[in-house]
Amino acid sequence: MLYREAGQFKTSYDADMAIFPIAQDRWGMIAIVVIAVVIIPLFTSDYIMGSLMIPFLIWGLSAIGLNILTGYAGQLSLGHGGFMAVGGFAAYNLAVRVPEIPILGTFIIAGLIAAAVGVVFGLPSLRIKGFYLAVTTLAAQFFIEWVFANFPWFTGGTMSMTLDTPSMVVFGYAIESTRDHYLLTLGIVLVLTLAAKNMVRSQLGRAWMAIRDMDVAAEVIGIRPLRTKLTAFAVSSFYAGVAGALYAFAFLKSLDITAYDLFRSFLVLFMIIIGGLGSILGSFLGAAFIILLPIFINVVAHNFSDQIKPDFITNAELMIFGGLIIFFLIVEPFGLARLWMTAKEKLRLWPFPH
Amino acid sequence: MTNGKSIGDTLLRVDDVSVSFGAVAALTDVSFEIREREILAIIGPNGAGKTTMLNVLNGVYQPDHGTMTFNDRTYTRMRPSEAAEHGIARTFQNVALFRGMTTLDNIFTGRTLKMKSNLFMQAIYWGPAQKVEREHRQAVERIIDFLEIEEIRKVPVGRLPYGLQKRVELGRALAAEPKLLLLDEPMAGMNLEEKEDMCRFILDVNEEFGTTIALIEHDMGVVMDISDRVVVLDYGRKIADGHPDVVRQDSAVIDAYLGVAHDAA
Ligand SMILES: Nc1ncnc2c1ncn2[C@@H]1O[C@H](COP(=O)(O)OP(=O)(O)OP(=O)(O)O)[C@@H](O)[C@H]1O
Ligand SMILES: [Mg+2]
Repeated sequence: MLYREAGQFKTSYDADMAIFPIAQDRWGMIAIVVIAVVIIPLFTSDYIMGSLMIPFLIWGLSAIGLNILTGYAGQLSLGHGGFMAVGGFAAYNLAVRVPEIPILGTFIIAGLIAAAVGVVFGLPSLRIKGFYLAVTTLAAQFFIEWVFANFPWFTGGTMSMTLDTPSMVVFGYAIESTRDHYLLTLGIVLVLTLAAKNMVRSQLGRAWMAIRDMDVAAEVIGIRPLRTKLTAFAVSSFYAGVAGALYAFAFLKSLDITAYDLFRSFLVLFMIIIGGLGSILGSFLGAAFIILLPIFINVVAHNFSDQIKPDFITNAELMIFGGLIIFFLIVEPFGLARLWMTAKEKLRLWPFPH
Repeated sequence: MTNGKSIGDTLLRVDDVSVSFGAVAALTDVSFEIREREILAIIGPNGAGKTTMLNVLNGVYQPDHGTMTFNDRTYTRMRPSEAAEHGIARTFQNVALFRGMTTLDNIFTGRTLKMKSNLFMQAIYWGPAQKVEREHRQAVERIIDFLEIEEIRKVPVGRLPYGLQKRVELGRALAAEPKLLLLDEPMAGMNLEEKEDMCRFILDVNEEFGTTIALIEHDMGVVMDISDRVVVLDYGRKIADGHPDVVRQDSAVIDAYLGVAHDAA
């Protein structure tokens, strides 16, 4: 009986409404935060922080954004990469043209600009649903890519394909080392994750899920469908925008439209399907899975033989993704997060089955 | 059982409402009224237009002509969310719960219009936003106690048996503290015990909170027991309107029920 609720009597609704009502979960979260904030920066290499943790955090953040729109509010989107691009390009232009704004403010404004663009492309969602909405968001993806690739104004007047992002200073502290970049990313991701968790467990999150599960009944209760869907587009694109800005500034250290292509939109969609639709935890599980899988396949392939061609590895990656997505869609539509919940429920009853 | 309560003035009046779907005339010139604090039963054979009537009352369908007057305001159409703002709540013939959400969250959504908190406050979940959540949680818990569904508070409603789903749906409608509650066959598909519970809840809501209720029901025993007045529809027309005992003797009503093969008549 390692993990149970018994004995933890909730004496008030506040306790029951706490973000992690079960003590073991609370301690688990504290442990994870301590590892992320203290252990990793102190004891791991630049490779772990720069090549694993930073992309993991950024894609996790982006996946939260898509999960809010698709997993919670039920609006399928294939334009998430495009909204990330808006964030990346907005942050770059702000940082270069208005360097007076502190970098955190720049990221927030970039997120807000992405949110505004998301709302515009979310407008059709009042009338069209499911597959047709996905096609509309696909159009958003292509339109955004086309704009950034063809209007030199967005790339500082040059036609150069990649631009270095300016250096960052946070509260007078210059962000230089990989560790600095990691900690900056971690701080932003932690704050936005907490905010997302709070939104989905309050009135707003319930309205999103109500629209997802049965929009007619939601409207009869007084939930306004358009406003609720547009809020989901706005919040989702804000997260995409900040993630896109971080992707340019903290990971690539350059701005390049090809880093936000349709494949990235699909990748984030895979993350939330594998990780778990309608789950904040699942967004990170899915991101970890998709980031780590290629690395894992690479290591395995190289250990077995150095004869394997690189394109075979890429193909193997895609085949494994495809297989897993089919598996999760058919067998466990709520993804890794649900598998984890089931495991916890088993643990809660262990050693007595029922 | 309904002695002693004072039925008041007209709360909602329906005047000459007609609705058609292509060639099907679902409702033809229907007029009736719902009075404050009464339980009104709308009955009639299958396809008589009962559900269509409820859908008109809370704005899901728009009448081809005719008006409604609610709280002295006359209108021809309003959106379902406006009807909700004016205090009309309802349940559906085929349970329309949010399947992926728990009982608690489903009932919580019923309080949507009562909760005022902005996005930013909800994101930080502090101060006013938390206070709002707590207050409304108490209101939701009162409904959970009232409907005796404490055990299933945290269960996703998709996993509940049908009878309990109907009960949760009633809870969601009650959470809005409506002036007028519309129930579409609240007891359909229930066993005897579940029906008795549901009757008790409906009567309690009516007596304790003074909520006006209009319900559709096929079980004549139930209708005779709990309703103050009955409106009978047949082929989209109103054929009778009055006290249950009077309506039961009405020859047009008897013909309508005998003329159509019907299980509950
Ligand atoms: N959305 C719709 N589109 C087309 N026809 C409809 C629609 N809704 C109802 N109808 C038709 O209108 C008529 C009345 O239907 P309604 O559902 O109001 O009947 P009802 O009295 O509730 O019947 P039941 O007892 O079977 O629930 C039926 O002939 C039905 O087929
Ligand atoms: Mg019906």
